[in-house]
Amino acid sequence: MNSELAQHSQFKDAETGQLHLKILITWPLFLLFRFIEWPMKRLQSLLGLGPMPYVFLLPNLCFFGLFVVLPLFVNFAFSLTGGTNLYLDDRTFTGTEQYAFLLDCGNYADPLSCREDRFWKGLFNTATFITLQLTFLVLFSLITALVLNKKIQARGFFRSVYFFPVLLSPVVVALIWKWILLRDGILNAWLVELGFDKILFFVSPAWAMFWAIFISIWAHMGFYTLIILAGLQAIPPDLYEAAEMDGTKQERIFWRITLPLLWPNLLVVIVLALIKGVQTFDEVYVLTGGGPGTATQFIVQYIYNTGFTNQIQNFGLAAAASVILGVVLFGLTMLQLAATRWKDNG
Amino acid sequence: MLNKLRRILTVGSVAMAVWATPLFAETELRMTWYNDGIEGEVMRSLLDRFEAQNSDIKVNLDVVPYKSIMESLPVQLAAGDGPDLARVTDLGGLSKYYMDLRPYLNDAGYWEKSFGPFLKWLRQPGDTSAISGFMTQLTVTGPYVNKTLFEQAEVPMPGKGATWDDWAKASKQVADKLEIPIPMAWDRSGHRVSGPAIAMGAKMFDGSGEPALVDEGLKRMTQRLYDWHQQGIMAKELWGSVSGSAYLGANEDFTNAQVVMYMSGSWQIPQFAKNIGDAFDWWAVPAPCGPAACTGMPGGAALVAIKDTKHPEEVAKLMDWLAQEENLAEFYGRTLFIPGHLGLAEKGVDFDTDDPRAKHALETFAGAVPGISPTAFDLQGYVYNRVMFNALISRLNEAIMGELTLDQAYERMEQDIQQQIAEKKRGS
Repeated sequence: MNSELAQHSQFKDAETGQLHLKILITWPLFLLFRFIEWPMKRLQSLLGLGPMPYVFLLPNLCFFGLFVVLPLFVNFAFSLTGGTNLYLDDRTFTGTEQYAFLLDCGNYADPLSCREDRFWKGLFNTATFITLQLTFLVLFSLITALVLNKKIQARGFFRSVYFFPVLLSPVVVALIWKWILLRDGILNAWLVELGFDKILFFVSPAWAMFWAIFISIWAHMGFYTLIILAGLQAIPPDLYEAAEMDGTKQERIFWRITLPLLWPNLLVVIVLALIKGVQTFDEVYVLTGGGPGTATQFIVQYIYNTGFTNQIQNFGLAAAASVILGVVLFGLTMLQLAATRWKDNG
Repeated sequence: MLNKLRRILTVGSVAMAVWATPLFAETELRMTWYNDGIEGEVMRSLLDRFEAQNSDIKVNLDVVPYKSIMESLPVQLAAGDGPDLARVTDLGGLSKYYMDLRPYLNDAGYWEKSFGPFLKWLRQPGDTSAISGFMTQLTVTGPYVNKTLFEQAEVPMPGKGATWDDWAKASKQVADKLEIPIPMAWDRSGHRVSGPAIAMGAKMFDGSGEPALVDEGLKRMTQRLYDWHQQGIMAKELWGSVSGSAYLGANEDFTNAQVVMYMSGSWQIPQFAKNIGDAFDWWAVPAPCGPAACTGMPGGAALVAIKDTKHPEEVAKLMDWLAQEENLAEFYGRTLFIPGHLGLAEKGVDFDTDDPRAKHALETFAGAVPGISPTAFDLQGYVYNRVMFNALISRLNEAIMGELTLDQAYERMEQDIQQQIAEKKRGS
């Protein structure tokens, strides 16, 4: 088989005549296609051409269904049960009781009026976090990408620097910043050196939320900058040249050319950052543990605490909270899609 | 030629069979363990000796963080995927997963005589006979003070019978004089708060034995904790810097001489002996008093057998061997743990330390055991005590951080306990 492949000119290096690296990548695929060629042809002759795409989708669909769709249904089933058993068969059916417990509020704007106040505090904290984090993350990523897209010196170095935190694990990020921000951390040492008093960052709710947002932006901005940068580089340069020849101002170029053409990339950034924001857990959990009080306890931590850290592990309630979170996320995604459609049509 | 080949194959097969027999016959046991100090090391050396005497049993010691014992192990056990043995601190809470060793023990009487009062901590409600494990350490909660700081500040240390108010006042004086950032620190743990609350008169249970956390005694203690945080006697950053029922210790701050008085417990002794050494005089002091008692909380960690094990006889053999007086004497002596074995507690353990501070602390905590309030023993033996501890700590914390008033916190504590226990009763 190898010699057969090697005969093919595309697998040979033009100058040396040696086998190209590509052969190592393509020959397994070649083998695979050879292997499935006959059964596929037979299947096509039996079914016709129409259902063939579904035949190809089927294996992945089974895999996806097993590890994504099935757990969703299991989670929903758990949310309709109570007790502490882990196996669904052994659990007590409670209907919508867990949902009723979570949603039982005197006033939805006041978490303290709710029976499960921590669930609502978690939702409110998450909403605050996402609103602020998303706004500043997109803004800073956009500015950074615009600057890094210019022909500045050491551009490659700066791109690496901004991307570097993305490579770190969330726990490492949180620990690094924790060491900086603790009472005897580096930042307080500098403050004292400059004649200021130490600031107990993790005692004040406002400071704790600020650092949770700041660190999240610091850790993830590089990734989103890269997406925006790719979008910027895909904009044809002749558009800018034409605009400059017409004497268009830079701000107008930005608003009329850059931003509209960058919109698809920005949309990707917004959707990804939104989903990531809702999922925020590990960084903040290590950094503040959800404190002070419940100031930085987000909805995912509520679910984790309810399902796992309490002595009586309430899987049903945790599952119901997950379903509600899923519904909220689904709503946000629909809103996002509607906005995109409106923008595209508009 | 063929004969020679046949002979070589025969000899080879026999040799392989002889070599492989013990391997195939070996039973492998998994023990999930966490460390406060050097006890993992000591346990491993004991296990090596056991393995040498029982060549058909191999024991793997899986050392995990304490957090895993509290959070992952219960899920593993619920899924029937747990280890054969585990070192646990939620003694009653996990009791439904424990194996009853009694049918496999040669002398169950020895266990009853040696571990009597502690065996019931490991039993399911209503069970009066199961033997599931033994205490790897008996712990007592109580305070440590930085004696050197008291001496430097020339503030006399409150003596025997002093109250928590006396200690709070004295610690604040020392901290103010020497500019120490934290006058008094308590581990963020319901177990730590409960002893002093009982000293203040908290009853913890109603007449029918059901949990009744909030009463005047508990309010007296929690009001103090609340006030001390507002007055700067306790640092908000310790209790405030995590949420929910998360445990947080101040051992590093105490070790770095940033704390004058530290409410923790006897398990810190080996760590302080190792990490503080003679950098300063750290001193364990008797539990401060309230109107009802001068008590801390008893507790500890137990090594238990798990009922899902596929090798109950081997597990029982190992447990029986480890529980023998001479082996436990070595374990407690080397780890500097208060013995959870009545015979050894009476005889005394030869602790492997020359550090006078560690010796003093061990004597102080061991001496505190007879004075522990019966309410504290009842609470320790209550199967859902962590539900009460978690409600206490999380809601009190929210009050300290200004999210709830103390009255709202009390109301929420009771709701949390009722809701969780109702969930448990709904099916388990």
